[in-house]
Amino acid sequence: MKHSQIRVLIAKPGLDGHDRGAKVIARALRDAGFEVIYTGIRQTPQMIAEAALQEDVDVVGLSILSGAHMTLCPKVVELLHTQGQEDVLVLLGGIIPDDDAAELRAAGVHAVFGPGTSSAEIIAFIQTAVASG
Amino acid sequence: MPKPVPTQKLIDGLLKGDRLALARAISRVEDDAEEAARLVQAVFAHTGKAHLIGITGAPGTGKSTLVSALVESFRARGLSVGVLAVDPTSPFSGGALLGDRVRMTGHSGDAGVFIRSMATRSGAGGLARASADAMLLLDAAGFERILVETVGAGQAEVEIASVADTVVVVEAPGLGDEVQAIKAGLLEIADIFAVNKADRKGAARTVAALEMMLETGSAAAQTILHHGQQMEAGAAASEAEAAGGWAVPVLQTVAVSGGGVGELRDALEGHRAWLGGSGALAAREKKRLDHMLQTLVQAELLARMERALSPDLRRDLVERMQRREIDPYSAVSRIMEGN
Repeated sequence: MKHSQIRVLIAKPGLDGHDRGAKVIARALRDAGFEVIYTGIRQTPQMIAEAALQEDVDVVGLSILSGAHMTLCPKVVELLHTQGQEDVLVLLGGIIPDDDAAELRAAGVHAVFGPGTSSAEIIAFIQTAVASG
Repeated sequence: MPKPVPTQKLIDGLLKGDRLALARAISRVEDDAEEAARLVQAVFAHTGKAHLIGITGAPGTGKSTLVSALVESFRARGLSVGVLAVDPTSPFSGGALLGDRVRMTGHSGDAGVFIRSMATRSGAGGLARASADAMLLLDAAGFERILVETVGAGQAEVEIASVADTVVVVEAPGLGDEVQAIKAGLLEIADIFAVNKADRKGAARTVAALEMMLETGSAAAQTILHHGQQMEAGAAASEAEAAGGWAVPVLQTVAVSGGGVGELRDALEGHRAWLGGSGALAAREKKRLDHMLQTLVQAELLARMERALSPDLRRDLVERMQRREIDPYSAVSRIMEGN
């Protein structure tokens, strides 16, 4: 494992202001023992990548309900890679069509979690992925 | 996963101002005491240049927003700024929700700003154990002003005074009782008071109450207990400060709109100039280094004690305490004697 404590950035890129889901996940991850950096709504991919760098996180969790995931997510992945953070796990939560999810995974998003995903599932995914790195 | 970056590479990178190297170095000092030692050993000669500013105060006074506004204000003067924003670790899960960045957006894309959130982990007094080391790394990386925002101080969370050159205590109107500030020891550690949310009702009253308490605080008590410590290493600081006489200003700010923030920045620059001119800067640094030494020695002694302490002996002593065969103090003596 990279850190003695897993650090996760939770961000909401794009223009939708519905951050309830992101906050619920942030809280659940904290309760699982992670250090969660919450950056709030209306973040650009540049802002997210920069925060991920300064915070040296293991995981970036994106929450998108606006439908703009096909432009925003690959951009975040690209910026992380450019700045030398290829090892950061990128996760996406939101209402994402299956075809899009497949394409996003091909673009470097490690997992896509749709509505109804339990917090436990996300926590287990992160723990396994970060441990096996 | 990729191999961890060698420490030397991180050191070279951060001294050149490489942001990823700096970020990773901060993680190392948080995670690993041995790595912290290696990193600080390598960069310490490059530190001592930054103005170290502590921002503390009760939860909800607007510390994060004020820090963000100050960053902007320093940037307008062309000064680079590193920020450490400390939030509490949950005692139940060991996790932490670090939310200060929500109020610190707007500096994106600015290479003169570096913001890092930090969980307290096992640290006390409103700071993390690694805060002081992280400040050294930011200093070595070339940031000219370092702002450290403590967790929302309740009472007696005055550790910040031992790691900063200048302490800003943030208050807000309507939080009630200014007497809380006295109880908490915040009055003694403040170099500058900022009454934030000053556009709200009751601001003038809060300012007046703070000014009154500053005036009535006896001069002797303020100098002897300055920065909350009866200090030997800091005795010179007390003398210099008594001679030069820094009058603690009570300023009004409205961080969300930037109101009064320029004045706060000027007061910070003024305090730095006063520290330098009065000789207090060197005296405070000496006190800070003495405190750092003491903290590290304590940690080292504790670690050695824990390594030396046999789990069997410990378990045995606890069981005997439970049977009231031995009292806790005698049990400690047994441990210290090693039998």
